[in-house]
Amino acid sequence: MVSDQIKEYVSKKVEEYKEVIPENKLGELQSAIMSLEIDITPEEVDRIFELAKEEYLKSLVQPGEPVGIVAAQSIGEPGTQMTLRTFHFAGVRELNVTLGLPRLIEIVDARKTPSTPMMKIYLKEEYKNNVEKVLEIARRLEYTKVQNVVSSIDIDLANFALILTLDPDMMRDKGVSFSDVVSALKKLKLPEHEIEESEEENRITITFTNLSDIMTLFKLREKVLNAKIKGLKGIKRAIVRKEGDEYVIYTDGSDLAAVVELPEVDTTRIWTNNIFEIQKVLGIEAARAHIVREIKRVLDEQGLDVDYRHILIVADMMTRDGTVKQVGRHGVTGEKESILARAAFEVTVKHLLEAAIHAEKEEFVGVVENIIIGQPIRLGTGMVELTMRLTR
Amino acid sequence: MPSSRRKQFDPITHELVPKHEVLPLEEAVKVLRELGIHPQKLPWIKASDPIVQQLKAKPGDIIKIERISPFGTKVVTYRFVVVG
Repeated sequence: MVSDQIKEYVSKKVEEYKEVIPENKLGELQSAIMSLEIDITPEEVDRIFELAKEEYLKSLVQPGEPVGIVAAQSIGEPGTQMTLRTFHFAGVRELNVTLGLPRLIEIVDARKTPSTPMMKIYLKEEYKNNVEKVLEIARRLEYTKVQNVVSSIDIDLANFALILTLDPDMMRDKGVSFSDVVSALKKLKLPEHEIEESEEENRITITFTNLSDIMTLFKLREKVLNAKIKGLKGIKRAIVRKEGDEYVIYTDGSDLAAVVELPEVDTTRIWTNNIFEIQKVLGIEAARAHIVREIKRVLDEQGLDVDYRHILIVADMMTRDGTVKQVGRHGVTGEKESILARAAFEVTVKHLLEAAIHAEKEEFVGVVENIIIGQPIRLGTGMVELTMRLTR
Repeated sequence: MPSSRRKQFDPITHELVPKHEVLPLEEAVKVLRELGIHPQKLPWIKASDPIVQQLKAKPGDIIKIERISPFGTKVVTYRFVVVG
């Protein structure tokens, strides 16, 4: 057993080493010492901490280490083993979610919208266990147009009227009442008209009193069909799933800015796979954290073990200038300082020509440009320069 | 500002958002000297970033960010506020 005296000494040591070794590592070390079977001397404690510090400093990245290249290789190699299958049913059977290599490419390319936008909406404490309430919120989110609830729309050319027949099954499914449809139609800016409703027959007749052009009538038909009844634009479907002890809404489509304003939503946990929406609503730091999580998640799902640090450097580079930039021609690579490095990547002639027009200067500090002209690169041992001292 | 200004949503409460704070001038100078770089060499953050707007930081300020790394340690980084 370790005596109280030593325990105190260890805590003092921990404080002392806080500047050098990260806190959680120190904590591990401390509890390891505390649970020792035998008693140790203060000198031994000193030695332990010295060794720990040495070991920690040894494990840090060395100056001159090509971390970017190592990151690229460490993500690239496992990437070759990923499945090319685009669609995967990730738990939610009704929703298709892009996973695997296509999703990884999507993140790294920083596409404005993902190919399968999706949201995961958590609800506040008071709603999250109430199925009915959650279902009601989910229904309210779904973007529903008149088109989705009508079984037929007829044009009465003689009276210049549109006759809508509603589908009661679809209405029940979407949670829309007859009066919802009517009020949606009333909100529309239509030319002079009369609305005749007949709830028993599920029929609405819109008669235009001051119309003589058939073409306009056809256009109005489109307008009526596209009229919004409820929901948020961009959210095609909302599905409720039980997760642990709470109900969560999954949506097909994403609109973070709007969902975040709903009073029932737990805005501390809301999730979307659209990185640009995150950047816009939550800021660049959140986007960075999100890129890291998403890349890690995709790799984990494929059973690939890539160290976090490689992903961190990718995310840091992508968010360096305050906006999410792709790793490629229009982002990280395309904005390199060196002309030759850019020219070596893609569209060589364009870069050389533009550099010539603007009289740009090549500094030869990077890797690519030095390799092109056959000079040692400034990496690793190439970073240090040695001069011999001639006097003796 | 558009009508969406009535928002009650606070981005800082979201789990993805780390702690941001504006660095006072004296400290900023100290940090830059320690790192030995110009502020432009720091990663940037746009003045239009929702968090920067909330902190009322101006272009030229330096924002101190305390991230929690995936390994559970606290990591301090800085971003330079730029126009945009």
